[in-house]
Amino acid sequence: MNASLMNLEIWVVGLGLVLMLADVFMPAERRRFLAYGAIAALTTMLVINWGHETVGTAFNGMFVQDGLAIFFKRFFLVAAILVLFLSAEFSDRLATGISEYYSLIVFALSGMLFAASANNFAMLFVAVELITVTFYVLVSFQRNRLVSLEAGVKYLILGALSSAFMVFGIALVWGTTGKLDFGELAAVAAQFADNKIFLLGVLLVLVGLGFKIAAFPFQIWAPDVYQGAPTPTTAFLAIGSKAAGFVLLLRVLFTAIPGVTAHWTNPLILISGFTILYGNLCAIPQQNLKRLLGYSSIAHAGYLLLGVAALSASGQAATLYYLGGYLFTVLGAFTVIGLVMRHLENEDLSALGGLNQRSPLLATTLTLAMVSLAGLPPLAGFFGKFLLLKAVIQQAQVTANHGYYCLAFTALAGVVISLYYYFGVIRAIYWSKGAADLSPIALSGPAKFTLAICIAGMFWFGLFPNTLLHLATEAVTALK
Amino acid sequence: MSILTYILGWPLLAALALVFVPRNYRVIIRAVALLATFISMLLAIKMFCQFVTGHAGYQFEQQIPWVESLGISYHVGVDGINVGLILMGAIVAFAATCCSFEIQSREKEFYILLLVMSGGILGAFASLDLFCFYFLHELALVPTFIMIGVWGRGERKNYATFQITLYLSVGALIALIGLIALYLQSGANTFDIPKLIEYVQAHPLAAKAQNFIFPLLLFGFGILVSLWPFHTWAPLGYSSAPSPTAMLHAGVLKKFGLYGLIRIALPLLPLAAQSWMQILAWLCLGNILYVGWVAMRQKDLNLLIGNSSVAHMGFIFLGIASLNLIGVTGAVLIMVAHGFLAALTFALSGYIYQQTGTLEMSRLGGLCRKLPFIGTALLMAAMAGCGLPGFANFVGEVTVFFGAWSQPSLHVVTVLAVWGALLIGALYMLRAMRHVLHGPVPEKWSGIPDASNVWRKLPYALLLASLLVFGCFPRLLTEKITPDVKKIMGLTAPAPIGNKMMAQTDLSNIRNPQSAIRNQ
Repeated sequence: MNASLMNLEIWVVGLGLVLMLADVFMPAERRRFLAYGAIAALTTMLVINWGHETVGTAFNGMFVQDGLAIFFKRFFLVAAILVLFLSAEFSDRLATGISEYYSLIVFALSGMLFAASANNFAMLFVAVELITVTFYVLVSFQRNRLVSLEAGVKYLILGALSSAFMVFGIALVWGTTGKLDFGELAAVAAQFADNKIFLLGVLLVLVGLGFKIAAFPFQIWAPDVYQGAPTPTTAFLAIGSKAAGFVLLLRVLFTAIPGVTAHWTNPLILISGFTILYGNLCAIPQQNLKRLLGYSSIAHAGYLLLGVAALSASGQAATLYYLGGYLFTVLGAFTVIGLVMRHLENEDLSALGGLNQRSPLLATTLTLAMVSLAGLPPLAGFFGKFLLLKAVIQQAQVTANHGYYCLAFTALAGVVISLYYYFGVIRAIYWSKGAADLSPIALSGPAKFTLAICIAGMFWFGLFPNTLLHLATEAVTALK
Repeated sequence: MSILTYILGWPLLAALALVFVPRNYRVIIRAVALLATFISMLLAIKMFCQFVTGHAGYQFEQQIPWVESLGISYHVGVDGINVGLILMGAIVAFAATCCSFEIQSREKEFYILLLVMSGGILGAFASLDLFCFYFLHELALVPTFIMIGVWGRGERKNYATFQITLYLSVGALIALIGLIALYLQSGANTFDIPKLIEYVQAHPLAAKAQNFIFPLLLFGFGILVSLWPFHTWAPLGYSSAPSPTAMLHAGVLKKFGLYGLIRIALPLLPLAAQSWMQILAWLCLGNILYVGWVAMRQKDLNLLIGNSSVAHMGFIFLGIASLNLIGVTGAVLIMVAHGFLAALTFALSGYIYQQTGTLEMSRLGGLCRKLPFIGTALLMAAMAGCGLPGFANFVGEVTVFFGAWSQPSLHVVTVLAVWGALLIGALYMLRAMRHVLHGPVPEKWSGIPDASNVWRKLPYALLLASLLVFGCFPRLLTEKITPDVKKIMGLTAPAPIGNKMMAQTDLSNIRNPQSAIRNQ
């Protein structure tokens, strides 16, 4: 029993409660500063903890603090800090209860932190529910907006469905093996490798996780929810929730059931390939920018799955690296969307017209984000895709499984398709005709700071991959 | 610090500096860009002069580790093969910056992109690291797309932008998969080209793996170089591009794929190279004959130049396909010569377009009288394009033909290619010149100005002078190229019959084409 391992989680939950209480004492016009308070608190935790994390397990192995958990905890903290900046900018759009909004983000963050440390199916389920339930509220937060409510309902129904699948799967796994702990399960999983009920249980758990990461064929909710949710929620959903899904997926596949995973090469290849193609192809005709990014996030789930499907340490490290670059890229893009389209009802591409005259900084950030998402140098997306492709081709040569070559070429086709719509966004910024509104966009100091961080992150991980690659490689040594 | 780092560093540094210059300081922006490319050009000339001929190994080398765990490093160096290309690239980059007078809107962004493109491509040619090589090429490629999209011209600009973006990205990504597969297959755990070559020499790749990787590189690079039938992006893309972009892309960036084939594919995948060269030889006929024929039918001067530049790529491919010392040397010679030529023709057509607003040949005429300098330069460029002796292109083409002829399996291809070079090339070029430069001057263009001052004339004069210098003194290049091509040919086991031919002639002392002829 070593509860001190959970210091960070306890502090984060405490912060959420404080934010909620502060609502009572804070006059309405000052509530924006609550966000800055929360940012300061989270940054302090990040800095104090950095490099001082202790490794170990708590609660009879339910809670594990290893390299992977530490990597993802830092990741989630950075994501939450940037999302809070975005929410502070967005606060005037939320008519009611902005401080609840901040505290919900912090609670979702705590769920993600627990997810990073989950080493037991019960823990996994609790963490997933903590994330998902807070997101039900966050998605439908603009109660006066019909699309937001619609998005909330869709997310609620499909989320509840996937939770049901997951809990049923966990029950089946427990019923057949009598184990919930990942480590114990790994020891006995080999005996159950032919047990149909056990395999069904594992499959259902993966369905639930597939929903979190929006992998094909569980992606159906993503575009609608991305479009309808308030922009900061969408951003957090796109990066935090997806990364939580990936850390759990990695844990389940490679620590709980490694023996079973080894036989699932082809299904993983298929899911990854279809996710890439589905996301990219569906993004082509989109006119709504957030919906477009919704489809693109499906495609990126597919790219991230490349590293999982490779079933190798270098593949897992590549996934982690890609997530790191994706964090700054996606948050940069959503911050721009949040700032430009704050006052618009529709979030169409046409609203970007003349952006380079209205605010060169926003135009540059969005352009860089699109170039990075498309995977072109010298930005983070390029090196991430390079590592993923390398992992896949390596596995193709090691296992002589031609499916991997097909997967590499599918990824390549996806990248080419994606260039088309990403460049469509850039075109809308720079040379769309007849932009209605050419008034300059005033940016606050914190907004500029967020954008600068995102740009720096994109360039840093594109040009100096050493540090992050080292961290990612270290982190995945925790997986067997 | 190696001089190469400065050559590619100045443009990139200037691009970074320009980000912080306010956009209404137009003169400063232009001056910074000109200065950076000028310094880079001077350094490249200095490097070319200091290059020690016959020195074994690479010169001006510099290596800085970048990603140790993957064996990636920033590694630059030159040998005989890329020394001429870097010189050519630096000169063209400066000329392109000079020709950017025509850009009137959003100059700041344009110059930043132009400088990134110049630095990237010079870096790609200087790289001795596979990853760096690809990375810097992509870095140079992305600005091309944006420049065509924003500053391009013509009604089909948008279509051309998307076409060139998608086409070239497909090519680059296929090549990327090939390069990654090559890196992994070799098992050397390094992206360093010299080390890879050394390692592969000791542990040759299995024939099966070679035959899988080689087509990826051949067609990936082939798309980037507009190998027939993957050439359709080029004419339209170039005719829609602003002329500095077209100069840099057609002149310099496009040579990346060819350089990659010579530098990487031939020495690392020798067995596959042998078996694929016959196919490449027939495909290159598509460039020379088919695209040449298409060029004859063009009504727009820029489309004609674009097609002719695609046709010229055919000669380079033929040189590579001959897989012997003379042929590959000739290919490198044409790469350098064509760089100057393509840049010159696109710069001149850009000038005419700027003055007249059209490049449709039926609407032009008699421009030689109104624009004596530009007209003469265009005529000389056309002559160089036809392969007239005295220009660098002649030397290259002749050498390629000798190389190809000495490969008995390529006799038919060579004969057909010679016809293409002599007849088709001359036909469309001379016809175009008659339409544009001769005949009566249409009324509305009686008042257009010629390139008046020294500054305006400088880029054209510079490019023409380079063509003439290397045309009259090809030895400057050949004596540098041959020792290193010989090294690569030594790794690529020569074809059984070509071997005999190679043995008969002592090819190591090709000084100039005349001696090559005597040797034959």
